[in-house]
Amino acid sequence: MTQHSPMEPTKVDVAVIGAGPAGMAAAVTASKAGLSVALLDEGQSLGGQIYRNIENGTPFRDGILGRDYVAGRTLAQSLRASDVTYLPRTTVWNISTDNMLDLSRDGSSSQLIADKIIVATGAVERPSPMPGWTLAGVTTVGALQILLKASGVVQEDAVLVGSGPLMWLVAAQMISAGTPPKAIVETTPKGRMAQAMPHILQALKGHRYLTKGLSMIRQVRGAGIPIYNAATNVRINGGEVAESVTFISKGKEHTIHSNHIALHQGVVPNQQVTRLLRCDHKWDASQHCFRPVLDGQGKTSVPDVYVAGDGAGIGGAKSAALMGRLVALAIAQEKGKALPERVDRLEAALASDGAVRPFLEAMYAPAPQFVKPAKETIVCRCEEVTAGAIQEAVDLGAPGPNQVKSFLRSGMGPCQGRVCGLVVASIIAERRKASMDETGYYRIRPPLKPIPLSELANFQPLEVAQK
Amino acid sequence: MAKRIENTGEPVQFTFDGQTVTAQSGDTVAAALTAAGIDILRSSVVSGAPRGVFCMMGTCFECLVEVDGVPNRQACQVPVTEGLTVCSQQGAPEVLEASA
Repeated sequence: MTQHSPMEPTKVDVAVIGAGPAGMAAAVTASKAGLSVALLDEGQSLGGQIYRNIENGTPFRDGILGRDYVAGRTLAQSLRASDVTYLPRTTVWNISTDNMLDLSRDGSSSQLIADKIIVATGAVERPSPMPGWTLAGVTTVGALQILLKASGVVQEDAVLVGSGPLMWLVAAQMISAGTPPKAIVETTPKGRMAQAMPHILQALKGHRYLTKGLSMIRQVRGAGIPIYNAATNVRINGGEVAESVTFISKGKEHTIHSNHIALHQGVVPNQQVTRLLRCDHKWDASQHCFRPVLDGQGKTSVPDVYVAGDGAGIGGAKSAALMGRLVALAIAQEKGKALPERVDRLEAALASDGAVRPFLEAMYAPAPQFVKPAKETIVCRCEEVTAGAIQEAVDLGAPGPNQVKSFLRSGMGPCQGRVCGLVVASIIAERRKASMDETGYYRIRPPLKPIPLSELANFQPLEVAQK
Repeated sequence: MAKRIENTGEPVQFTFDGQTVTAQSGDTVAAALTAAGIDILRSSVVSGAPRGVFCMMGTCFECLVEVDGVPNRQACQVPVTEGLTVCSQQGAPEVLEASA
């Protein structure tokens, strides 16, 4: 691997954004095909979130995090052994139509031109809006897992609230770490198993995932952790910090005391880069999210822009890496390079790995409380905009998220709608009785992440002659 | 209460609002503060309500702090280094009220 030096490349064949499984795999494959590749990632080290801190594993932590996590190490090693220029701590804050990427690294900005851009920015956790979710001490379940992976830090008294495979995985990992969660409040509505059953035959083709899931749930049940099923009316109570969580399960109200409540409603594609680039997106009614419209080879509606991994639709780490390789091969082919591996085998592996998805999507679709939150619930955390205020703005004539944004500043805070976007859109769609595609999403503008004015002032764009 | 299950890095000391925090090399500021039991990192700009770490992955911007005099840094993205001066960030809802 080319170590980052004062002479960063200013022009590459392929720029890959994100060093998770899709990004690492795409970068390695493109490089093997003879293309010059820069891998840009915001994190300190390779791995993205799923393989976070993968290069610094200890046997103890590997044991807790499990085989599927450790599998990421091979990918990181192949990246290190490649000719890819890997730039950690690098935030892509703009991409212009001439394939020029504006980067921020260690407080200064620079530019990079790429013939092709692979967006591998993965997923973010779906928001779980509920009363009290802005209190300090409330995190996502993913945050707990990142603390464990990156720093070996666990919350001893955490209550996990939500639904989906990641919640069970983190619960099982916390048990293995010797700090089981205090309770699990499962929000999967009643009747979901019946809705998921039509997909079971297909899902059995991915039985490894089903077996893993069942064994995680068994481990959690076997550890004697209280589990409350089909919880509704969930709210978090507290003054300065979270103190307890209250909910109804089996017709009875429960309150569990804890200063650390972790929420999860599955993961959805991170749309920031593809929205910035004005790629076409479509609502996926099975995954309950927007995803970029792609051809069979990961190509978006915008020339030279490709998406691989969970950013293209949720498929998990293994699918992400397969897709990364496929997208890199598609680019290599377009550039007339000999392909370092066979496309048909990868496509077959991708189809097989995704077999379990429709079952999981039906089982763990977000519960109504989190799609249509109660009026008083804060939806946009940055600007403290409630569901009720959004409904009122719709009644006053705001037809979509961008108009609601002008009315209320929702999505205008520092997170730029990353957290609230899907919920704001679904509240509007519900109120207008419009589809999600008609309702649309926030228009994302540069800078993708705030950078100081002083950095912009010192920013020296590439000379036009170099372009 | 947060607990560290394994010591893998070197001890690193920094301050948060003047209080000395011992972290481990490799920690982000957000991880180090969480490990130290500090859950409130700032107050919100709208109501002044206390906020803390939420996503740990650079998405939510809830963990904004001032690092060595630079405001609006994402604590979950900044690695700890020896002697770092980290301060909680106070929203200024009174500015909104004054301009209302």
